[in-house]
Amino acid sequence: MNHRYLERKSLVFAVLMLVTVLIGGLVEIIPLYAVKATVPPLKGVHPYRPLELEGRDIYIREGCYTCHSQMVRPFRDETERYGPYSKAGEFVYDHPFQWGSKRTGPDLQRLGGKYPDAWHWLHMKNPREVSPGSIMPEYPWLYTQQLDHTSIAARMKALQRLGVPYTDQEIATCGDDYWAQVGTIQKNLQQAGVTDLHDTPEILALIAYLQRLGSDIEWR
Amino acid sequence: MDDPETTYDDSTPRWFSFFTMFWGGVGMLVGLWAALELAFYQLNGGEPWLTFGRLRPLHTNAVIFAFGGNAIFAGVYYSTQRLCRVRMFSDVLSRIHLWGWQLIVVLDAVALLSGHTQGKEYAEPIWPIDILITVIWVIFAINFFGTLWRRKERHLYVALWFYMSTVLTIAVLHLVNSACMPINMLDSYSAYAGVQDALIQWWYGHNAVGFLLTTPFLGLMYYFLPKAVNKPVYSYRLSIVHFWSLIFLYIWAGPHHLLYTALPDWAQTLGMVFSIMLIAPSWGGMINGILTFKGAWGRLRTEPILKFFVASLTFYGMSTFEGPMLSIRSVSALGHYTDWIVGHVHSGALGWVGFTVFAMLYWMWPRLFRTELYSTKLCEYHFWTASVGILLYITSMWITGVTQGLMLRQASAEGTLVYQFIETVKILHPYYVVRALGGGLYLAGLLMMAYNLTRTALAGTPSDERIPVK
Repeated sequence: MNHRYLERKSLVFAVLMLVTVLIGGLVEIIPLYAVKATVPPLKGVHPYRPLELEGRDIYIREGCYTCHSQMVRPFRDETERYGPYSKAGEFVYDHPFQWGSKRTGPDLQRLGGKYPDAWHWLHMKNPREVSPGSIMPEYPWLYTQQLDHTSIAARMKALQRLGVPYTDQEIATCGDDYWAQVGTIQKNLQQAGVTDLHDTPEILALIAYLQRLGSDIEWR
Repeated sequence: MDDPETTYDDSTPRWFSFFTMFWGGVGMLVGLWAALELAFYQLNGGEPWLTFGRLRPLHTNAVIFAFGGNAIFAGVYYSTQRLCRVRMFSDVLSRIHLWGWQLIVVLDAVALLSGHTQGKEYAEPIWPIDILITVIWVIFAINFFGTLWRRKERHLYVALWFYMSTVLTIAVLHLVNSACMPINMLDSYSAYAGVQDALIQWWYGHNAVGFLLTTPFLGLMYYFLPKAVNKPVYSYRLSIVHFWSLIFLYIWAGPHHLLYTALPDWAQTLGMVFSIMLIAPSWGGMINGILTFKGAWGRLRTEPILKFFVASLTFYGMSTFEGPMLSIRSVSALGHYTDWIVGHVHSGALGWVGFTVFAMLYWMWPRLFRTELYSTKLCEYHFWTASVGILLYITSMWITGVTQGLMLRQASAEGTLVYQFIETVKILHPYYVVRALGGGLYLAGLLMMAYNLTRTALAGTPSDERIPVK
């Protein structure tokens, strides 16, 4: 076809152009949904507990993904440094995914269980106290802003609508689990000698999330 | 006052040009601050809104959508009217587009600083803002295609092909990637999870580069460069071939952001292969632009606007060489997650996009005010200041990226890791200072331009050009 003809027909041009552009995206995206084998299910992978979900939302709010990845690549140095490489099935409840694109700090996918709760308490308050030379900023507001479980049911509900298998029962009683996990972390911190813990600051939710990361598969 | 029917609407491109400079200054200042925070962590002052994790999305949103976006609209509104020899389809839609876009920028800035984000790179705006973006984009599309529909020029010039691809593709990308489930009036969760979310995000993310930072700027280059050089585009045939191949290949390349991740191998390989092929149409555009200078090379000595164009095409060629190289699995294995990628993005953003915008503004702005540029010398200073800034920026990022990549994989004879992660962080400090210096110089150049163009505007009169009668 003569291109001069196309240049006279803006509508035909636009339609052809759109078709040309769409092909690549369709070919790549559709199989990812249509072919079950692309995301093999993994045993042990389960949705976030309410407090962990709260912590994850704080992680996203503070833009942690701008400096930390959550994706261990299958290289010797990475599995040596971080732990087993990441599998597709581990992320099925991650709305949105937080794989990140830059490691100004280390990867966090296998962070869960690496340090005790008190380490995170100290680290987020002043990273240099436990990691000399760190360039991570301090997060003092996470120690003053208080947790509030009232919005967590709505969030679990939204995720349930997207296919995350929370039961109605779990959503109805999410407050109980939320505060139970808060209590566990408080106890851990107090036992570790943390004396400046007052009330229920947001950092507790973040610790819950960070301790959950990458621990659905048994490896430690 | 002229009859609106017989004049071009030059007020809209004037305003878009103004906001290009204004948001460019804001976005680059935020970027500079974020860069300084990496060198001096104390600079967040313990304030949540001033912390890197919130500033970085603000910086990227501001420079891509506010600086880049307004520049695209300025150039598109100016050139489309002239290429179609007709006033824009609707003055009302132009006004809504102009002010609606600025409203989006302000709302997004407030939302991001207060921690409301969708948490996907370059797609951070929360869902109510996403809806507003959709509405304004549709208004832009109606206005643009309406103008094409009513055009008095029989053939669509190559610049318009590129604009069309931008208008349509960005709409598709935005709608698909922003799909989400609202939690309340501000926040939401992505409709996709894990691997699917990652692929859709980088299909979007890479093509935001392709269709917001490449195709519209190629279109602007195709209009403004021949105007500035006063010669026709080197090859019509090349422009056809590289246009169609570019828009076809670009969309496949997204998975190169996900090499060696949990994304299925076949998708990674497709992304890598198409990324490498992408060098051909990219260089097609660069070659077509550069060869348009044939017979006018001598004017580069005296005309800084042409310097900006040549340098922008050179950076375009360089970053579209670097991109395919980084898409090779083994190169990505080293470079991914490091500052090399940050440097790569900035050679494209500061060199290609930024310099195209500057060249366009220096050429168009005096014409929008019916006067001459206030100072060619200052324009020349801007060029050299910004060029040095870019070189400092990208070379320091190459060094940090490669250094960190190599250190992290270094193994001893016994097979254990030689370096702790923190050791790789500590040695990067001086380069982070140099990077901030480079960014600072680039921002200084922008301020020179703002002064130069303000003086130009004060010396001229903002009036609308009459449509030439055939």
